[in-house]
Amino acid sequence: MKIEGKAWKFGDNVDTDQIIPAKYLITGDLKELAAHAFENVRPEFVDEVKKGDMIVAENNFGCGSSREHAPRALIGAGISCVIAKSFARIFYRNSINIGLPLIETDIPCEEGDIFEVDFDEGIVKNKTKGATASFPPMPEFLREMSKAGGLVEYSKRKLG
Amino acid sequence: MGQTIAQKILGKHAGKDVVKVGDTIEAKIDYVMVNDVTGLPAFEVYDEHFSGTVPKTEKIVLIPDHYVPNKDVKSAEQAKAMRVFAKKYNIKNYYEVGRGGVCHQVMIEQGFAAPGRLVVGADSHTCSYGALGALSTGIGSTEAACAMATGELWFKVPETQKSIVEGKLGPYVMGKDIILHVIGDIGVEGSLYRSMEWYGSTITELPLADRISISNMAIECGGKAGIIPADAKVDDYLKGRVRGTYEKVYADPDAEYCDTFNYDATTIVPTVAEPFLPENAKAARDCDVKIDQAYLGSCTNGRIEDMRAAAQILKGKTIDDDVRMIVVPASTDVQRRMIEEGLYKIFMDAGAFLSGPTCGACLGGYMGILGKDEVCVSTTNRNFIGRMGDKESKTYLANPYVVAASALTGRITDPNEL
Repeated sequence: MKIEGKAWKFGDNVDTDQIIPAKYLITGDLKELAAHAFENVRPEFVDEVKKGDMIVAENNFGCGSSREHAPRALIGAGISCVIAKSFARIFYRNSINIGLPLIETDIPCEEGDIFEVDFDEGIVKNKTKGATASFPPMPEFLREMSKAGGLVEYSKRKLG
Repeated sequence: MGQTIAQKILGKHAGKDVVKVGDTIEAKIDYVMVNDVTGLPAFEVYDEHFSGTVPKTEKIVLIPDHYVPNKDVKSAEQAKAMRVFAKKYNIKNYYEVGRGGVCHQVMIEQGFAAPGRLVVGADSHTCSYGALGALSTGIGSTEAACAMATGELWFKVPETQKSIVEGKLGPYVMGKDIILHVIGDIGVEGSLYRSMEWYGSTITELPLADRISISNMAIECGGKAGIIPADAKVDDYLKGRVRGTYEKVYADPDAEYCDTFNYDATTIVPTVAEPFLPENAKAARDCDVKIDQAYLGSCTNGRIEDMRAAAQILKGKTIDDDVRMIVVPASTDVQRRMIEEGLYKIFMDAGAFLSGPTCGACLGGYMGILGKDEVCVSTTNRNFIGRMGDKESKTYLANPYVVAASALTGRITDPNEL
């Protein structure tokens, strides 16, 4: 599967309070949460983000709280995947579990660059810059889980 | 090759004698906890996908704490969803407002946390129970729902870092200062995906309350767990409190560590973390900043020992005219003991505001939100942009002595300089 999208560039240590401030943690609804994504740090994000856009960040993306509301807000905003040098672990788990693709790799990016991600080949391209980076496949267990349709489906199957 | 504490606890719960670092395993959990904020999405997932399954009720713990007592209609509905879920599935481990408190303190007080256990919680500070020798770690809401249904969850076996702290701590230096110092040293992603194990004479000497502050903030450097080998202090605390039995787990002498850090406790001073990351550690005495608010509370520093420390500084004194001090015990039990020990009077005589337990202002929820450009010195765990209120407000993290001393002077103050 290949996807293409425009990059929103972020730096290091984008925390969950930046992604979705805690005062909005009064719903689990993707769209309601998306309406406040990055409100404190990138107030233009909510109005300008387009379905299929990607986030490209540096290290430790999603650090802070366990709130699943963070990846839910990004999915609700139409973000198709997050590319970062590294992810905080609970954000990583949450995203996998609810189906927001994360790519851990290092690739140059400027705001608005067009990216293409090839999940089968494990290749991400910055088409604007002509840069390419590879990313490792997910561990086998997580691939199996994804194949089953995510953790919920996997758990249901286990329960028989 | 020997195994670390994290390997052993994960292995035991996965039914394996040995698990290797990097393995992804499925393990039986002892408890899964959710709060009012993370509970709602979990209940929605459960009801949508697992409605025909009887949940593992004895493993589930439901603790409303973030926005209770309800801050508005939406949070009221959210808290109600927890009550409804508890009733629907006959879950006994539900802690109503006035009979519980901040989830991690309740998990510890009520004997859910114990050595050797594997506990998950849909709150990032679930790592707190590492102070009792447990492997406990934060998870999300969807996986909490799955764990409620199956009693199991997947885990990646983490690498482990060993931190050794030796020497006697100076006056007014607490566990909070150790962890702020270490995060300042290794950075906010210094333990990413890793488990931390703590050793050394300083850690052995530390009261359990201080150890909990250390384990609590393991997540602030990205850690999966912050484990302190259990000792007699833990046994004493758990006497008459723990649910069921437990077995202490220790690392093998030849366990493999990815890093070993050595710290000299005598060089650690009362410390603050400046905005906007917990890694911005600085000596409190070098931080001359005017404050508007002093906040004492949270799962990091809302225990009776923290209240006593602050009261010791405030006793017989008056809080600065330009400062409001907000005191929030971490549980009903802590609150009761504050009243019994006369701490309420000390705080009130000094001019502090007291409330019952809630996470409230720690995460910018309510009960002490900061306005534009306001500055707070706080015993909490995060100082991110807008964490306690307006995006232009600032939070400085510190220990209870520093918060109390700063409340008196109106500026961030090392109590040694009072």
